[in-house]
Amino acid sequence: MYRYDEFDAHFVSARVEQFRDQVRRRLAGDLTEDQFKPLRLMNGVYLQLHAYMLRIAIPYGTLDARQMRRLAHIARTYDRGYGHFTTRQNIQFNWPRLKDIPDILEQLAEVEMHAIQTSGNCIRNVTADHFSGAAADEIVDPRPYAEILRQWSSLHPEFSFLPRKFKIAVTGAPHDRAAVQVHDIGLQAVRGADGNIGFTVFVGGGLGRTPMVGRKVRDFLPEEDLLAYSEAILRVYNRYGRRDNKYKARIKILVHETGLETLKADIEREFEEIRGGVLDLPQAEIDRIVGYFAPPELDAGADDEAFERAVAADPALAAFAECNVHAHHGAGHASITISLKPVGKAPGDATAEQMEVVADLAERYGHNEIRVSHEQNLVLPHVRKSDIPAVFAVLVGAGLGDANAGLVTDIIACPGMDYCALATARSIPVAQRISERFASLQRQRDIGDLKIKISGCINACGHHHVGHIGILGVEKKGEEYYQITLGGSADENTSVGEIIGRGFSYDEIVDAIEKVVDTYVDLRSDPAEDFLAAYRRVGDAPFKEALYGSA
Amino acid sequence: MAARLYRAGGFVADDWLLLGDEDAVPETGRLILPLARFLELAGAGRSEPRFAVLVKAHEDPQLLAPHLAGLTLVAVAFEKFSDGRGYSTARLLRQRLGFTGEVRAVGDVLLDQIPLMRRVGFDGFAVSNEPTIRALEAGHDVDVPLYLQPSERSDEVPAGARYWARRPSGAQLS
Ligand code: SF4
Repeated sequence: MYRYDEFDAHFVSARVEQFRDQVRRRLAGDLTEDQFKPLRLMNGVYLQLHAYMLRIAIPYGTLDARQMRRLAHIARTYDRGYGHFTTRQNIQFNWPRLKDIPDILEQLAEVEMHAIQTSGNCIRNVTADHFSGAAADEIVDPRPYAEILRQWSSLHPEFSFLPRKFKIAVTGAPHDRAAVQVHDIGLQAVRGADGNIGFTVFVGGGLGRTPMVGRKVRDFLPEEDLLAYSEAILRVYNRYGRRDNKYKARIKILVHETGLETLKADIEREFEEIRGGVLDLPQAEIDRIVGYFAPPELDAGADDEAFERAVAADPALAAFAECNVHAHHGAGHASITISLKPVGKAPGDATAEQMEVVADLAERYGHNEIRVSHEQNLVLPHVRKSDIPAVFAVLVGAGLGDANAGLVTDIIACPGMDYCALATARSIPVAQRISERFASLQRQRDIGDLKIKISGCINACGHHHVGHIGILGVEKKGEEYYQITLGGSADENTSVGEIIGRGFSYDEIVDAIEKVVDTYVDLRSDPAEDFLAAYRRVGDAPFKEALYGSA
Repeated sequence: MAARLYRAGGFVADDWLLLGDEDAVPETGRLILPLARFLELAGAGRSEPRFAVLVKAHEDPQLLAPHLAGLTLVAVAFEKFSDGRGYSTARLLRQRLGFTGEVRAVGDVLLDQIPLMRRVGFDGFAVSNEPTIRALEAGHDVDVPLYLQPSERSDEVPAGARYWARRPSGAQLS
């Protein structure tokens, strides 16, 4: 894991002091709210419906037990005893007081954490595959590159007042678990013919009002060019991205309006000027950062035997093993998803006590590593398989044992009307009601892999466009209405879901979703054909028919 | 109120006059001309040492390339502090075009943005915002004096062993 050196430590504490001073000047009236807003946003401080919200960065979703315990402490001391893990691998606290925030930031700095650039029109926290460094199918651990990008983008003097927010994601495996194609820059690590590492680069992906899949601008960008090329993209965007309309200000619109070929040429021209300079990454520096992410020393004698025996004897553990245990590159090891989606609860929420349980487990069984997934779950990336029964028992005891990773109740939902000032509809209660409807684990397992994603307004923070089933809450004549999209996906075959027809009321939406799911179960060619594959095969007609009858 | 010019750690006298798009060009005095007018005059063979240029956010500083040797000042307009295009303008002037004269930020120039502006190459700040003037007069520095991007500023030095870490060579403001 990355460790702060003296420089980083000074950097974050100087940043806390800077923010403390900004808050002081805001309260003294030297800064107007208009002037203060981008400053607080760059420190993760949002003004929500009822209160300020603080969004804390968890770079590429990686943290250790000490950091998790500190988050628990903050939840208990400054909030209402819980926190909310987000789709960008961050954590949000919904109820801190503005005057406490500098103190919270100071406490974070003590454990090498911060809230820098978790919001605002700047380069946001860089995200990565939550199984980085562990997955069996990985080509290269993407986190060193995410860390290099994090450092380069931190308080970047030229790119702190971009037209709009800017998100970068990196994945190191052919199966994309980081949704890179729906980011402003998506990087997919590849190994070149000569064995060298590089990236396939996508630009201009994004959701929001105008969902777009990223366009490929480079098949192979050598790793040493990562920063120079990123700087070129950002400079082109900073200069030419639209600033007249915030809904047209993301780079995806620039790609769309300029045309891919022209924009690609602009980027390449800029890159030609920048490359060969101080932003070229020396191999020694890459190696040094890679060194921080050295894989933990795994137990070489570990095997699957005890685990398989336990699974055979315990159906609950078997269910957990099927969904929440993932292939690891190390023999006798696995990565475990800890579901933050218990039936009937708000997706992504964890109590302080639960955070502490996870911290203890990470220390005892998981080489002191924890991940936050963009699916709003937690992950223990490196666990010996023979320890899984013990881990599972502790998770069950803490209300964290749901064996539903990737299933119909593993729902992503944005905060919606419960917290967000922009919301046009509730989203968390819809997730809760759907998960209650499908509460039977037997039924969930029978349905199989299915991603439901819910947004409470057109800004699409719940990523509904890329849900296999997406739900968008809108307002119609003072009432909440829910539009269903089908066929979205955010993996290496990213697609934007299609609206199936007229929306459903808050009361009707759960029935409608159930109809869609039942229709799929009836028409799939065999149980191994998942929802997305079936939808891609048959199209929307059977679902339309089920929802609206024949026209 | 009229802007005051902050340079090299203090407020200094300033005799440059910012000329509007429609204003007649006076016969004497130092003038900052809008880019289009400057280029028009230069095209007509009128380049004078008393002329400087104002580059607006959407304008391309590379148009100045053939004229920079004769200029001592390029001003960059920030109509709104939240419009970040001027930062790229300054970097292009310094890094790409090698301009060594004064690069001055004019318009909505605020205390919290000045450290960023310095790092992309600004060395003059025409400030009208009262609280900003007060803070600068009091020597109130709001910079985080540790940088994670190597930049072209000659007064930044490597910090520690890390390849791209920098800090200011002197702790002084501007
Ligand atoms: S999608 Fe809309 S309601 Fe949901 S968090 Fe984003 S802005 Fe708020």
